[in-house]
Parts: sequence; C-alpha cells; structure tokens
Amino acid sequence: MKEFAYQRAEDVSGAVALLGADPDARFLGGGTNLVDLMKSGVERPGRLVDVRQLPLGAIESTPEGGLRIGATVTNSDLAAHPEVRRRYPLLTQAVLAGASGQLRNMATVGGNLLQRTRCGYFADVTKPCNKREPGTGCPALEGEHHNHAILGASEHCVATHPSDMGVALTALDAVVTYETADGPGELPLADFYLPVGDTPHRETALPPGALITGVTVPPAPVAARSRYRKVRERASYAFAIGSVAAAFDVSDGVVREVRLAFGAVASRPWRARAAERALTGVPAEAENFAAAADAELAAARPLRDNAYKVTLMRNLVVAVLTELAEEAAR
Amino acid sequence: MAPTTSSAITLKINGQNYPLTVDHRTTLLDALRERLDLTGSKKGCDHGQCGACTVLIDGRREVSCLNLAVAAEGREITTVEGLARGDELHPVQQAFLDLDGYQCGYCTPGQICSAVAVIEEHAAGWPSAVTGDVRPEAGPPPLSAEEIRERMSGNLCRCSAYVSIVQAVSRAADTTAGQRRTEPAGTEPLGSGDTGRTADAEAAA
Ligand SMILES: Cc1cc2nc3c(=O)[nH]c(=O)nc-3n(C[C@H](O)[C@H](O)[C@H](O)COP(=O)(O)OP(=O)(O)OC[C@H]3O[C@@H](n4cnc5c(N)ncnc54)[C@H](O)[C@@H]3O)c2cc1C
Ligand code: SF4
Ligand code: FES
Ligand code: FES
Repeated sequence: MKEFAYQRAEDVSGAVALLGADPDARFLGGGTNLVDLMKSGVERPGRLVDVRQLPLGAIESTPEGGLRIGATVTNSDLAAHPEVRRRYPLLTQAVLAGASGQLRNMATVGGNLLQRTRCGYFADVTKPCNKREPGTGCPALEGEHHNHAILGASEHCVATHPSDMGVALTALDAVVTYETADGPGELPLADFYLPVGDTPHRETALPPGALITGVTVPPAPVAARSRYRKVRERASYAFAIGSVAAAFDVSDGVVREVRLAFGAVASRPWRARAAERALTGVPAEAENFAAAADAELAAARPLRDNAYKVTLMRNLVVAVLTELAEEAAR
Repeated sequence: MAPTTSSAITLKINGQNYPLTVDHRTTLLDALRERLDLTGSKKGCDHGQCGACTVLIDGRREVSCLNLAVAAEGREITTVEGLARGDELHPVQQAFLDLDGYQCGYCTPGQICSAVAVIEEHAAGWPSAVTGDVRPEAGPPPLSAEEIRERMSGNLCRCSAYVSIVQAVSRAADTTAGQRRTEPAGTEPLGSGDTGRTADAEAAA
C-alpha cells in the first residue's frame, strides 16, 4: 500500500475544502471498499479525508412525507430505522441482504453508492482492465464473466454495480444530494450513474471533489407493499447474481402502480421502465408478469457464460410479483 | 513539506488507553496483534470476508482488518480479551465452551465477539434478511436457528463447527435475556436505528 496522509473532517464545508481539487485524495467512509481496494493496489490515494464524524448521521422526515438519509448513516442504522421499515420495507430488505452484520455497521450510505465493481480483473492489478486503466482492454469479455452484465454494457466494459441498497433506492426514485466548493447540488439516482460507453472509468455524474451529503427518498405509498429479493451462490454473505426490488399497488386484481428495479445485471442499478409500462393497468396475473419481464429483457445482450441471468431475472420478476399480488389479495 | 503519513494516537481498548505511533497504513487488526500483543483477534482473509478479526467498536461489531488504526482513535474498542469480567467468562464464551462451539478455535474469537453483538442487535429489535415482516409493527422475530445462522453469516468457520455455534449463540441469548430481566434499569441494549452512534456508545459504556 502507498503511504498516505489522514485527516478528519469536522463539518461539510471543511470536508470539501480538505479534499480540495487534489485528484490524489479520497473521502473515507466506512472504508469497507476503499481500504480493501488500497490493500490490493487498485486505489492508491495520497490522502484520506475521514468523513465519518460529519454531522450527516441522521434520518429525518421531509415535509412531503419522505425521508432524508444522511450520507454517513451506517447501513445498519438505515435498515433498522423504524420509518424506513414502515414506509420502505424493500429498502430495509435490500440493505440487510448485503454484506454482513459487521460490514453493515461500518458501511455508510455515501460509500455504498460509490462502491466499485467486484469484477475480478478490476481487482487484480496484474490484469488489463478498461475501468481501472483506460485503454488496456477488457479481459472479462472472453474470460470469466458468469456474474457480469446483461443489460446496458458495452464492448469496453461488462462489469456490474454490486450495491443492493442502490437497487431499492433506484426503485424509490431517490435523489442524491452533494456539496462542492461551489455549493450544494443534487442528482436523481436515475442520472447518478453514467452510461458505460467507451468511458467505463467514469462512473458517476458527481462533480470532481463532491462530497455526498445524503439521499432523499420521496414519499411512495406504493412501497407499503414491496419486496427486495436477491439470488446468490450461497444462502447469505455473498453478492447478488441477480436481484429484484419491487413495489406494487394492486386493487380489484389490476395493477395500479408498480416500481421495478434489477440488481447485478448492469453497470448501475437498473430501473425496469419497460416492464413497469407493460404492467400498469393490466390484470395482476403471472403471464402478464412474465410478459413484462420479457419486455425489459428484450434488450439483454448476454455473454458466453451469463445467459442464465436472463432466465433468472424473468423467473425472479414473476416470483416476486406473484408473492406481492397474493399478499394484496389477502 | 512531505505530508505526514504517520500519527501519534491513543487507542482505547478494553477500557485501557494505549498510546502508540502508527503508520496510517496500519489496520486496527495489525495494531492489535503486531503492536499491542492483543492476539485474540485473528487474521483470516484481511479483506472483510471471513469475520475472524471481529471486534466491538462503540458497542457494535466491526471487522478490524478494514478499519484503519488511525481512524479508530477516540472510539471504544472491545476485543475478545475484554469480554470476561475477571475470571467470570462472558455468557457467550461460557456457552461456546459448554457446547463445543469450535474445533480448531481459529475463528472463535471473531465468532464470540460477533455473537455478543448479534444478541444485542436482536434485543434492540433489529430485523435480519430472513425476517419475514420487517415492519416495526410486526415486532421482533424470535431468535430462531434460521435467524442466528443469517445474523452470524459474516463469520466463516473452516472447521464447519456451525451446528454447535448456532446452539451456543442460542444458549447465550437465553442466558443474557435472563440476566437482563434480573438486572436493574439502565442496562438497555443498543438503541434502534434512529438513535445513531452517540446513543449506542452511551449504551455500550
Ligand atoms: C466481504 C464483503 C461483502 C460485501 N457484500 C455486499 C453485498 O452483498 N451487497 C452490497 O451491496 N455490498 C456488499 N459489500 C460492499 C459494501 O456494501 C460496501 O463496501 C460499502 O457499502 C461501502 O461503504 P463504505 O462507507 O465502507 O465506503 P468506503 O469504502 O469508505 O468508500 C467507498 C468509496 O466512496 C467514497 N466515499 C465514501 N463516502 C463518501 C461521501 N460521503 N461522499 C463522496 N464520496 C464518498 C470513497 O472515497 C470511496 O471511493 C461487501 C463488502 C465486503 C468487503
Ligand atoms: S468488465 Fe469492466 S471492470 Fe471487468 S475487466 Fe472488463 S473493463 Fe475491467
Ligand atoms: S481477517 Fe478481517 S474479515 Fe477476514
Ligand atoms: S473452529 Fe476452526 S475455523 Fe472455526
């Protein structure tokens, strides 16, 4: 690991000022991704600005009836918060489906959104990788890619975004707020992650040096009936190979409103807009759920070894929506 | 001037202050083991993937291999060495002994620290990934074997002593619940999410 300086920020403007325009400096949240990547040499910062002491650790109701979640709220506190569990059960479920109890106690909301891909080539500095070193190529295209993207990827990078929390927040139309030296700004999660294109190393639309200050979740009555379901290669403590965040309003057997987002299939949490359109106003029946999944997955471009994900996601959508519809009928 | 890449810090571990100078690259785990001779916490993977290095920080379980020592200054650290009260083992330690919650013992300090926190988290009403209904109105789930397995999933055991580990955690949870009933008020477990770190630190103190 390269030697680095360490500073603790006491307030938001201080944190932004400490990081400054130094491309070699990084904010340190829980460190569960950054410290890991520093050990493997993927990240080589010369300076860390620790943001965990910042007064961004609260979860508060907004006047509109949503929630404002501070950037340094730990994943554990987010999942355990009574209002999150009451208003957005899928968000609690998504967070609890990620990592382990120990890691969730450390991981922050800001860091979770900015965690890097788990692509094995990205993590191995002896291998080429367009995301880590632009222009060196993507060995995953022909190599080990069974857990890589089926949607929205390019020939430059087929990595997935590993966050579970982000999938639920995407279904909830959450907005990321940030602070720069020029003042505050905000980005809907839908615009937060950049398309892969030929610049897989540029992952978010955050301005350079921006400190994430929090996430605002708008009110979403539809989320009262919602679910996050994650498929992985062992029962717990593993990244997803596919996941679905769904919220569903069904009355008289007809879908009135639906939110659907997919995890582990793209470079970002994937909002399934085509599926949502196909579902709205139709009878809440398994064949319509399958047709909606097919509408979304028509754009899938699987690789040699990950076509299973297309079937997996289709089945997952049908299973989750069927469960929610049965609950609604009770 | 070259930036400072080491700091003189004081770590508070098991109620005792340890002043030391650390290179910023030093993890809390390496500081404990290599500098302070607190070798109870074990290094399995060094990447947050096995739980062998689990310690309690401000009353909560964390992996010490992804914590930087310099960032742990000012926080209350409890390692497996700090769980017993004198010669009286912590109920979780006693249950692991009584029910053979280990084979080689390498993962055991991490398992025990993790289990101490699992019991607190459950008592505070935290749901888990296998909790059917996470809404607060549904009430806390019983600490079933399934709940214990999920909550302890951050601790791997290469000897696969899982069956007896689950039994030990279950026994310890019962013992702790019994003690809670007989202890005076003021021993509330860590608060539910909305209270944040400060309240938890107070609760742990
Ligand atoms: C073994 C293991 C298993 C895991 N399993 C899962 C899983 O199943 N599902 C899942 O979703 N995740 C999983 N994770 C990932 C984990 O959720 C992330 O590492 C964590 O959420 C990152 O948060 P952090 O606060 O620790 O970020 P850090 O590691 O501190 O930071 C990550 C990045 O965010 C930047 N950053 C941090 N805070 C801010 C801020 N406020 N503003 C701007 N930039 C900031 C940092 O500079 C860094 O670039 C796992 C991790 C490990 C080690
Ligand atoms: S998929 Fe992306 S992250 Fe993985 S090797 Fe290719 S370019 Fe790198
Ligand atoms: S050594 Fe820390 S989790 Fe494995
Ligand atoms: S007892 Fe040997 S690793 Fe768990």
